[in-house]
Formats: sequence, C-alpha cells, structure tokens
Amino acid sequence: MDVLDVRDLRMRYGSTDVLTGVTFQAHRGEVLALLGPNGAGKTTTIEILEGFRMRSAGEVSVLGVDPARGDEAWRAGLGIVLQSWRDHGRWRVRELLAHLATYYVPYRTPWPVDELMARVGLTAHADQRVSRLSGGQRRRLDVAVGIVGRPDLLFLDEPTVGFDPEARRDFHDLVHQLADFEDTTILLTTHDLDEAEKLADRILVLAGGRVIADGSADALSRRMNTAAEVRWSRDGERFVHASTEATEFVRQLFAQHGTEITDLEVRRASLEDTYMALVKGVESGAADVAVREFEEVAR
Amino acid sequence: MNKLTAAARSGWSRGLIELRHLFTTPQDLVAFLLPNVIFMVAMAFLRAVPTGAAGLSIGTLMVTSVLGSNVCFSGLLTMTQALSTEREDGTLLRAKAVPNGMLAYLIGKVVMITGATLVGLVLVLTYALLVFDEVAVPGPAGWLKLAAVLVVGLFATMPLGAVLGSVFANPRMIGFASMPIMTLLGVSGILYPITVLPVWVQWIAQAFPMYWLGLGMRSALLPDSALAVEIGHSWRGWETFGVLGLWAVIGLALAPAVLRRMARRESGSSVAARREKAMQRIG
Repeated sequence: MDVLDVRDLRMRYGSTDVLTGVTFQAHRGEVLALLGPNGAGKTTTIEILEGFRMRSAGEVSVLGVDPARGDEAWRAGLGIVLQSWRDHGRWRVRELLAHLATYYVPYRTPWPVDELMARVGLTAHADQRVSRLSGGQRRRLDVAVGIVGRPDLLFLDEPTVGFDPEARRDFHDLVHQLADFEDTTILLTTHDLDEAEKLADRILVLAGGRVIADGSADALSRRMNTAAEVRWSRDGERFVHASTEATEFVRQLFAQHGTEITDLEVRRASLEDTYMALVKGVESGAADVAVREFEEVAR
Repeated sequence: MNKLTAAARSGWSRGLIELRHLFTTPQDLVAFLLPNVIFMVAMAFLRAVPTGAAGLSIGTLMVTSVLGSNVCFSGLLTMTQALSTEREDGTLLRAKAVPNGMLAYLIGKVVMITGATLVGLVLVLTYALLVFDEVAVPGPAGWLKLAAVLVVGLFATMPLGAVLGSVFANPRMIGFASMPIMTLLGVSGILYPITVLPVWVQWIAQAFPMYWLGLGMRSALLPDSALAVEIGHSWRGWETFGVLGLWAVIGLALAPAVLRRMARRESGSSVAARREKAMQRIG
C-alpha cells in the first residue's frame, strides 16, 4: 500500500482554482521534494494531506486513511514540521520535547528525549528557554518536535531556512537516516533546488495547479532536453557552447580539431535549469505541451 | 478510554508546567501580582470608610468582593487572552498537529487558570483575614460556600472565555473585549455597594456573573449585618447559583462547537497570514 496516494486532487477558493488535478503516489521510505513557484499550491496540497484543510474534490489517502476523516491514532503516525513561530517561548527545550512525547505514548514509542536532542544537535541547549534559541536552533527544535513521535510520514515545509551550511549538512544526514533506518516517508517543500537534488528520491514540480513533472532529478533533466554546456580550450583560448545534442557536438569538435582540443568539460543542465525551463513553460501557457513532452520521455 | 486518560494526563502536566512558568517568569509574575497589590493597597486606605451597613467599611466590602471579581477576571480574561494570543503565535496549531493535542491544551489551560485563581484567592483571603477585623475565619458552611462559588464561578467564566477567545482572532482586540468587563467591575458592587446605583444599572449588573461572584464571596465571609447594603437585604444563595449555573450552561453549550470550528480553521498558512498582518501593523 502506498503511504501517499493522491488522485485528481482539486481545490477551489471561491472562483479561483488553486489545484486543478494533482496526482502522485509515494511509498514507504521514499523522500519526495515538492517544488514550485510561490502560489503554485504547494502549501495547499500539504495542508490537505495533513488534514488541516478540506479539499474540493479528488481522492486522497494518507497512511491508508482519508485525511478529512483521520482520527487521533492516524494523526499519531504523522510528523509535521511547522514553521518557526514564537510559541512555547517560556518552555525549555527538554521540557517541551519530553512533554510532547507523552502525547504519542498510547499509540507508539516516541524518541527518548536525550537521544532526540543529540540527533538534532540540541543537547547543549537542553535547558535553554525556547525564546532564547537562535533561528537555526529554533529550526532544529521544530524538526525535533516534528519527529518526536517517530512518524511513518513526515511533512517538512522549508525545513532548512536559517540553517548555516554545517547545520544543513547535519539536517540532510538526519533526513537520510530517517528514510533509510526508520523507513519514514518524507514529503518536503523547498526553494533550494540543490537541496532537493541531494535529498529527494523523486521530485514533483507543481505549477499551474498540477504536477507538471514527477521523477528523479536526473530523469527530469534528461527529459527536459535542456541544453548542456560544453567548454573546451584550443590554442590557449577558452570556448563555451550550449547544445541540446552535446554528444554529437563533441564528436564533430574532435573530428574537426582532433588533439588540439584540451580541458574538455560537458555539463548537463542542473536541476535549476530544468526547473526554470519547466516553470517558464507553464507560465507561458505551454503547460500542456510540457506535460505531453514529459510523458513521452518518461515512457 | 486509555487514550483519553493519557490526554488528560498530558493536559494536567501541561497545566502544571505553565503554572510553574507563570511563577518563575518575572514579567508574568509581576502581571499576576500587580493588580492584586494595587487592590490591597487601595483597600488598606479604605479600611475606615463606612458603608450604609453597621460596622462594614468600604475596604472590607472590597476585599471580599474582589475575591469574586478575580475569579471572573482570571476565568474570562485569562482564557480569552490565552486562546487569542496562542492562536496567533502558533501554539494551538502545534497542539493540533499532535494526537489529542487540542484536548490536552484545553485541559492544560483549565488546570493553569484554576491554579492561578486559587493562588490569587489564597493571597487576597490571607490578607483579608489578617488585616480586616470584620472578616472572620469562616466556619465549615462558609468554607463550603466559598468553594462552591469558586467552582461554579470557574465553570461560568472559563467556557465563556474560551468562546470569546475563539471569536477574537486578533489578540490586540482583547483590549476592547476587556472594556465591558472593566465597566462591569464598576457597576457590580465590587468597589462599593451596588445599592447606591440606579435600579436599571443594578439590573444590568445582575445579568452577568461578576456581581454574583462578588455576592457569593461576601456571603461566605461577611456577617449578616452586612446585608443592609445588599439588594433585597438577602444573600440570595439560590439566585447566585442559578445565574452562575446558567452562564456555565450557556458557556459549556457553546464552547465545544465554537472551539471545534476555530480549531478546524487553524493551519500553517492561516497562522502565517495572521503573523504577516501583525508584522505589517508593527512595521
């Protein structure tokens, strides 16, 4: 059974269609990144899956249950990393985590608090008041609160905002550990495409109210046929050329100049290039073409 | 059932932790003590100012009545304030994201407010017994009455506070919400005998819990000679519990639906949107 099964999800506010038919699945232990421009419906989608928002139409199953009818036992299987607010400012880190862990006890075995704090790197701040934490520390606490019940499915909304590079690396390790050792399914939204590429097994691009791409970062860049960048030197001079047929171009290059070519580099389009091409396609009204193109390549 | 017990236990410990925070955070402690201290100083000055009743000073009337109005303030205003601010700062959404979190949150608030009310009551009561000769240590019946008024008073005010806190999305609106309560304080016979007011004002005051809370506390602590300044020269025990009970019924009938509706609407984007609005007001 899929952990997440979303079919033709639709959401309409008044006369505005925010989601016009979102379909995707996720299985156990998979890490999914949900990308998309602001206003594409990422937050709406996640809030519907979390059971915080009623959908207009479509079929949604989260951990085998319709989130509109999920009970507290169902909720115990979800981990939600919310944004940082000023809540629980008077609580101390250990106090808050230990307290929140008690809610899960009737349903599952929560993390031992000291182990959890060590995992997210908050041990040194265990007795600090939450209001005194720095932005990055506060974010670690948000993550700890999200996973304290050892969830089967974890929602991460822009998890690494405010992290320094080291904290980001630690966080990425944590996500990998959760997915690999705890079999946690993770759905994350981010604007950091590099992060999406590093963390996610699969990337979903949401634009214009639906999923316009679904696949690994690698598959996406192949399928978009975005131009690769070819760089080389000849006679001490540096050349750059963008080509959608990089292999053919390089073959001709060698045929023409042979051993004069040095320092050859071929760089496939990054996820960022692919993403920009995809989203631009949708915004210019070429969504249908883009989706069709994608489906052809995916086959 | 086991799950509800667990939620109740989480809520209980939540309430105790918040109570501890209240008494260990300097600014919270000051906010808690200051109104009581101001009242106590004022009462001390009014100790010798006579009322219409023989041997009853304004100070004595106040010190006993304030025990009642304090229940109203902490049950109604603290609950309203807590729900309204903690909805904005995301506490409620976090409660919603954990199993049985909302239930435990509410239980926690009830425990915290009840605890804080009790501490305030003990403080003012001790002061009243030590400083005011007319206030005598009550007998068993007096204690029972005091406890009953406290319990029914909390039931009459906390659910109502929860309803108001759910309706006012913006914590800065609480200032407006507290104005009618301050007005009530002025007309409910807490600061001076209600019988000096025009009869129509007396009727308005008698529609709300504050007057009856004050009356209930006076009836538990003052001698019958103080009845000279009361409406109908009676402690009106049945009416006291009748009106407070009615408010409790109204509050308890409305609160679950209103709270559920409020909770249903909470989501990450609604908290973020409220926060953005708040930021704009500041900036």
